Amino acid sequence: MTPETFFGLFNYWIVICLMMTGFYIVISSGNLIKTVIGLNIFQTSVFLLYITMGKLTDPVKRVTAPILEGGHGDSHGDHSAHGEHVAQVSFEEHASEQLHDAVKHAHADLSEAGHGGAEHAHEVAEVLYSNPLPSVLMLTAIVVGIATTALALALIVRIREDYGTIEEDEILELDKELQ
Amino acid sequence: MMEFIVIPILALLFATAITVAVIRNLWAAVMFTGIYSFLGASWMLILDAPDVAFTEAAVGAGVSTILMLATLSLVPRSSRKRGSISNSDFETKDPPRRRVISSLLVVIGTGAMLIYGTLDMPLFGSADAAIQTYPAPSFIEKSQTEMGEHGLPNVVTAVLASYRGYDTLGETAVIFTAGIAVLLILRKNKASDEIGAGQSEVTS
Repeated sequence: MTPETFFGLFNYWIVICLMMTGFYIVISSGNLIKTVIGLNIFQTSVFLLYITMGKLTDPVKRVTAPILEGGHGDSHGDHSAHGEHVAQVSFEEHASEQLHDAVKHAHADLSEAGHGGAEHAHEVAEVLYSNPLPSVLMLTAIVVGIATTALALALIVRIREDYGTIEEDEILELDKELQ
Repeated sequence: MMEFIVIPILALLFATAITVAVIRNLWAAVMFTGIYSFLGASWMLILDAPDVAFTEAAVGAGVSTILMLATLSLVPRSSRKRGSISNSDFETKDPPRRRVISSLLVVIGTGAMLIYGTLDMPLFGSADAAIQTYPAPSFIEKSQTEMGEHGLPNVVTAVLASYRGYDTLGETAVIFTAGIAVLLILRKNKASDEIGAGQSEVTS
């Protein structure tokens, strides 16, 4: 295993360790609230896994969050031109079979910027954007997660009202006695 | 530079998760869960997902911690001490040794399989990964022109509210259902209260 592979996969391994800690809390703990806490930790780790996959890195270009630069101040025409440029660049990025090609291309861009002056500055300072889709999906997942957590906690309160305890083994014993 | 910020965040995330696993006091465990969510949000910010980071900080660290604390205040361990709740009411019991060993084995086995599964995943940040090539570039490109005259700068918002708007509609349906369910579960029901009181008298 090369160091490159190691550091490339390192994030996934960290996330898996966190996930397994949450899983351990869920299956080892007999306390119902502790179980919900374990589920929450597991959930957050899954979010981290997806977000990690959506991140884009580039040796030369600036990579930033998927919030387009240029803002509302620009005119409409500027916007679309900017958009085409970004799309074109990312297409070339994906199409290039070797990373070196991309690096050379970007270097060419940069030197062109030096000669081109202020007119080109806006276009050459283009950035790559990380993937917005994992963010969108995880936003939905977070909100659904809080809904299920609330439901689980309500059930725990209800269980406590009827059984007087939130320890799993005590609840099972009470059930046995009732039978 | 970002790489060096990541290292302490990851170390703290790991330490917090382990602490939650071994700590016996439920109040402390809930607070550490909040810390875990905040650290996770910090890492998401570095991973270029500010929208998720904000939501995680507000919902994961804020709302969910408040819900858990509210639950804890409603569930003191023994009903007789309701007047004077002490910290020891919220100590969990240590799981039996056999259960600890068997769950450790299950967790290590599952983790090993998952790590084996990551071995042929695309490396971190690679531009030719499947996730980066197909739908995402067109979203970034189109959301500038399709959302009104000036476009919508935040692509995440554009996708969430428009391109995948039905997802968000379903999400609100889920929240609504959960809210109704919580209300129904927690509703003071006289008949069931009497049954519950009778049960606890019988068993105690």
